[in-house]
Amino acid sequence: MLKRKSFWLISVLVIVALALVACGEEEKGLGGKLEVFSWWTTGGEAAGLQKLFDLYPTVCPGDVEIINATVAGGAGFQARQVLTTRMLGGDPPGSFQVHMGHELTDTWVTTGYMEPLDSLFEEENWKDVFPKGVLDIISYQGKPYSVPVNIHRANVLWYNKQVFSANNLQPPATFDDFFRVADALKAKGITPLALGDVEVWSSTHLMETVLLGSLGAEKYKGLWTGDTDWKSADVTKALENFKKMLSYVNSDHSGLTWDQANDLVIQGKAAMTIMGDWANADYQAKKFTDYGWAPPPGTKGMYQALSDTFGLPKNAPNPEAVKCWLKVAGSKAGQEAFNPLKGSICARTDCDKSLFNPYLQSAIDDWAKDAIVPSLAHGAAASQGWVTEINDAVTLFVTDQNVSSFQQRLAQACVEAKVCR
Amino acid sequence: MQTGGAAGKTGAFSRLPRLPFGKLFRSVSWDRRIAVALIVPSTVAVAVFVYGFIGWSALVSVSEWDTVRPDYDFAGLRNFRELFSNFRFQLDIRNMVVFTVLFVLACLVIGFGLAALVDRGIGAEGVFRSIYLFPMAVSFIVTGVVWRWLLAPRAGVNLLFDRAGMDSLKYAWYTDPTVLHVPSESRLGEALDFVGLGFLADAHFGLPLAMISVVIAATWQMSGFVMVLYLAGLRAIPEEMKEAARVDGASEFQVIRHISLPLLRPVTLSAMIILGHVSLKIFDLIVAMSRRGPGFATDVPALFMFETTFQGGYFARGAAISIVMLLSVSLLVIPYLIWSLRREARV
Repeated sequence: MLKRKSFWLISVLVIVALALVACGEEEKGLGGKLEVFSWWTTGGEAAGLQKLFDLYPTVCPGDVEIINATVAGGAGFQARQVLTTRMLGGDPPGSFQVHMGHELTDTWVTTGYMEPLDSLFEEENWKDVFPKGVLDIISYQGKPYSVPVNIHRANVLWYNKQVFSANNLQPPATFDDFFRVADALKAKGITPLALGDVEVWSSTHLMETVLLGSLGAEKYKGLWTGDTDWKSADVTKALENFKKMLSYVNSDHSGLTWDQANDLVIQGKAAMTIMGDWANADYQAKKFTDYGWAPPPGTKGMYQALSDTFGLPKNAPNPEAVKCWLKVAGSKAGQEAFNPLKGSICARTDCDKSLFNPYLQSAIDDWAKDAIVPSLAHGAAASQGWVTEINDAVTLFVTDQNVSSFQQRLAQACVEAKVCR
Repeated sequence: MQTGGAAGKTGAFSRLPRLPFGKLFRSVSWDRRIAVALIVPSTVAVAVFVYGFIGWSALVSVSEWDTVRPDYDFAGLRNFRELFSNFRFQLDIRNMVVFTVLFVLACLVIGFGLAALVDRGIGAEGVFRSIYLFPMAVSFIVTGVVWRWLLAPRAGVNLLFDRAGMDSLKYAWYTDPTVLHVPSESRLGEALDFVGLGFLADAHFGLPLAMISVVIAATWQMSGFVMVLYLAGLRAIPEEMKEAARVDGASEFQVIRHISLPLLRPVTLSAMIILGHVSLKIFDLIVAMSRRGPGFATDVPALFMFETTFQGGYFARGAAISIVMLLSVSLLVIPYLIWSLRREARV
């Protein structure tokens, strides 16, 4: 009886030990699932993301099943809502796309939802390959919290070359130029500036380029630190410019998305549009080649930047697999595979320029020499709460065009964001 | 047999003091017990998931929680004060009132019209009834998407008008930023200003035309439902009463006006309550169709609540909006419940 018992005991122990050994062996490679959350659902974005996924098994040993969790919607408006619910509900994805800057820091880092990535950055020597300005923006209390995959430029004026040459016009460099060109186009029955702000960030995007062009890089940056007074006469002048620009947009702007506004430029119904450089990928996808680009009025020599980054949430499932994903996203091979398709430039400084199309090559040159300023509409310049307050004020201003009450609301939003007094 | 078993088991615990519940329990019939057992799970679920979370929302609405990190410090009514001075919320209240009034009115009128027509004893009544009722089977999201396309300024019905050469009928629909209001320079505006009601002549105080497009979509969906309510009501009116009126020489219109309509008053009230609480809480239709609209012309409290909470992270403000919405719905529903309970008591 006792013998029999001990026999069973021993055999159970042996089985458990064998199982443990087997598990231990498996730990050498990565396993399980890795969920990557983003709003990259269309065209080049999705293709670029797939390239990163394809690269994953070559860098990370083991057999990890990648779950591509996407929520459609420009600038991640819808995705952010889903993300908030999941993070607060204790169900964080493995890694999620988030804009570099205040959108990440103020929302998730200062509140303690993210893991610092300093050891990963040291292992990979990333402090040497990412520009100092970018490292500063992704760090909080000296530690980096996310891996930037790309750099987009917000301040680009796109124009239909054929419309411009048919009317003997040059892309405008100053606001006076712009209004002169716009008047000439309007007289010909062509919409001067295409806008599609069914999602309000498009009008905020237009406003931020006008603020930058009117105030200049230093004063523009000061808006987000409290050094530039929102009630000042300079800001009034900038908002007047914005108001005047709005008088040249298509009347159905509130029913269109930004890419539908782009279609107006492609069809020659509109001459220009001010949109981030993801518009370039849109033109390519739609096989339109007769377009040119220039900095919007007053923003020559300034690079209004935003970046998509990935981080590691606390309590994320399968953190080792996530860390390896971040390794892929920050690697030279990863960024060179991703960015030409996404239509952005590398956040790293050592990418091969020849892989990129002519627009992006010019952007790479500008990135190296221009003054870098953060984008508002895309989360780099201000916290999410502040951006939504500004978006609300912009929504009303676009129709009621009351500069003084608009300026008052913007000043109030700065106070509510606890940046201004 | 069942009760006998229960009594046998209690024997083992006979030394313990007997609780009066035992007697009470045994006096309750087995049927009752099953009934209670069946009700308890859903009661508990409702208590937790409805009333519990209403209570929690109320708690959040008086807290300082305005980032993603919960913060239950007591803020008093500050969130509500700030909310009512928030320009977006003021516009939302305007839109909510405009939408509710137009939508309920349109549904009642069209619904009654359809019911009166179907009630004429036409052939294939079932077919017509189904056609009018079908839109209700579609979700508001689908309705929103369909009408978004139909009323898109460069597509849909505008294209139809364009092809038909009726350019004058082309309209901006839900992208029209116009707000019909009393001009402050007009004599009426000046008079209002004089008596201290200047805000009534404010450029934002009026009827946002973009809202009409949304009302069209919502009415398309819900008027069939009102038709069915009215149809049931009409069928319940004894034919003799109408016959008597006709014998007395009443015209068909007079029969409707003096017989049918007064007898349909309870139906109208029920329809108003049902439509009213749908329209006060409307969210999905707006999200799919026009979102906030030009200058918040089609924005509603539910959309503001969703955006400010899940985009802006202002959880306390979002909860305050929900509480205001709850109160506005209860203002509508509670008097109705009291009224109908009293009526039941009388019957």
